[in-house]
Amino acid sequence: MLNDADLTALAVTLKLALVSTFILLLVGTPLAWWLARSRWRFKFLLEAVIALPLVLPPTVLGFYLLIALGPNGFLGQLSETLGGRPLAFTFTGLVIGSVFYSMPFVVQPLQNAFAALGQRPLDVAATLRASPLDRFISVVMPMARPGFFTAAILGFAHTVGEFGVVLMIGGNIPGETRVVSIAIYDHVESLGYTHAHWLSGLLLLLSFLLLIAVYAFNRRSRLMVT
Amino acid sequence: MIDASFTIQRHGFLLDVQAQIPTQGITAVFGPSGCGKTTLLRAIAGLDQHAGGRLTINGDVWQDEQTFLPTHQRPVGFVFQEASLFSHLDVRGNIEYGFKRIAPEQRNVSLERLITLLDLDKLLTRKPDTLSGGERQRVAIARALAVSPQLLLMDEPLASLDQQRKQEILPCLDALQHELSIPVIYVSHSTDEVAQVADHMLMLANGRIQASGDVHELLTRLDLPLAHAQDAEALIDAVVAEHDEQFNLTYVDFPGGRFSVPYKPLSIGVNVRVRVAARDVSLTLQHQRDTSILNIFAAEVETISDEGGAQVTVRLLVGGVPMLARITRKSASVLNITPGKAVFAQAKSVALLHGI
Repeated sequence: MLNDADLTALAVTLKLALVSTFILLLVGTPLAWWLARSRWRFKFLLEAVIALPLVLPPTVLGFYLLIALGPNGFLGQLSETLGGRPLAFTFTGLVIGSVFYSMPFVVQPLQNAFAALGQRPLDVAATLRASPLDRFISVVMPMARPGFFTAAILGFAHTVGEFGVVLMIGGNIPGETRVVSIAIYDHVESLGYTHAHWLSGLLLLLSFLLLIAVYAFNRRSRLMVT
Repeated sequence: MIDASFTIQRHGFLLDVQAQIPTQGITAVFGPSGCGKTTLLRAIAGLDQHAGGRLTINGDVWQDEQTFLPTHQRPVGFVFQEASLFSHLDVRGNIEYGFKRIAPEQRNVSLERLITLLDLDKLLTRKPDTLSGGERQRVAIARALAVSPQLLLMDEPLASLDQQRKQEILPCLDALQHELSIPVIYVSHSTDEVAQVADHMLMLANGRIQASGDVHELLTRLDLPLAHAQDAEALIDAVVAEHDEQFNLTYVDFPGGRFSVPYKPLSIGVNVRVRVAARDVSLTLQHQRDTSILNIFAAEVETISDEGGAQVTVRLLVGGVPMLARITRKSASVLNITPGKAVFAQAKSVALLHGI
């Protein structure tokens, strides 16, 4: 069964995924909206940058983040200027890493959902006296709900599953940066296969359930629009 | 009066119009596809932010060099070609969307009244994807009117509907216009729709105004293309005068005389519109007595257009009301049809449009 250390790791993982998902939606929504609607001709450059974590080895992303978050890095120095400490090997650092790492999983479904809406519902809402912000809240958000749902679940699940980035920038501090994937690695290293089984099985089940939710929901909303 | 002057340049297309549109009745913006009708309508609604120009409604400036009132602050209602209902809301939610966003003191039509007028009572809890095309468009019209607009803009609202659905909605539209007395700008490329709803007309061609004015006048002017179309026709406004039960006829009066039409259950005194196709009108010099044709009127030849083909189109004035006759060039020559000549116009068949 799970020991206390495993439960702590599980709590850290869930907290990390929740906080990251929240920030991802906050940052990803305006970004995806802009990407879906802008006609800027170098937009593809930004799209490529956002998609990088899809193809980059997590250790590469983690390595650069480690440097950026460290005492001499841009983000680390910013944190120190603001009275904090360097961000490497902290929970905050992990959140920053996760946001970069999971960004494409949030931005892409949102961008697709926004693009699929088209201009018409917004024009209609404008002729019905809705201001731009009102149009976004009362028309875009409900109509793009499947996109938000997919984005949130994928962002959450992908953050739960990250390993390489955490290994590079988070280390293995119990209660702070030791997440489930790291705990499994540790168990296997020390031949604690039983614990590794339990934790792996748990993550497998969680990921599977989340994906079932996404596909079931998308299927239902596709049926709804036809 | 609506004063609109716009210059809009896009993808090699130039719309350059200075239009004056009355704030009473229905004005049809008429022209072939791609002539700029929709572009003009969108510019009036403020949906085209790059439209340069000036727009005033009864003296209120909506747009000029310094001002650009955004769409959501313009008191317009807009009905799009596809109903474009909000799929996440039911019918009532759609109708209430704009209604909820205007101040109560600005509301001059109740939701219940609109729901009755457009016959939506039974649909209120339905989702848009369960409605037929005609039902959707009725909801869209109610939704646009629920914001109590000072001007209703309609962009080919019936183009995607079949003939039967159109006939469901067109009479509705007329009734609405009369009850709410909101000026309507109605974009269409169908003379049929224009004939049924329009009081005024703005004819567009290649991004420019070809002619504008009274619809009866424009449909019959020989210097404009509509009078030369295969199905050219005159519209005549008349009043129901009498029903003849013996012969199952309805008589309607206009300044030039009385039309006999197949019986329609209309009240005496109701305004109606009669369509007379140019090809159904023949001319005689004497009033024929021994003919089966009932609708014969004394007329005066106003103008004749001779394009050199076998036929000519003659514009007549019947009690001051314009009517068209299409006759052979040979007949015109034999009868010596010249401007100012007194003739008799025989209409072989006429169609009564719904009450207006």
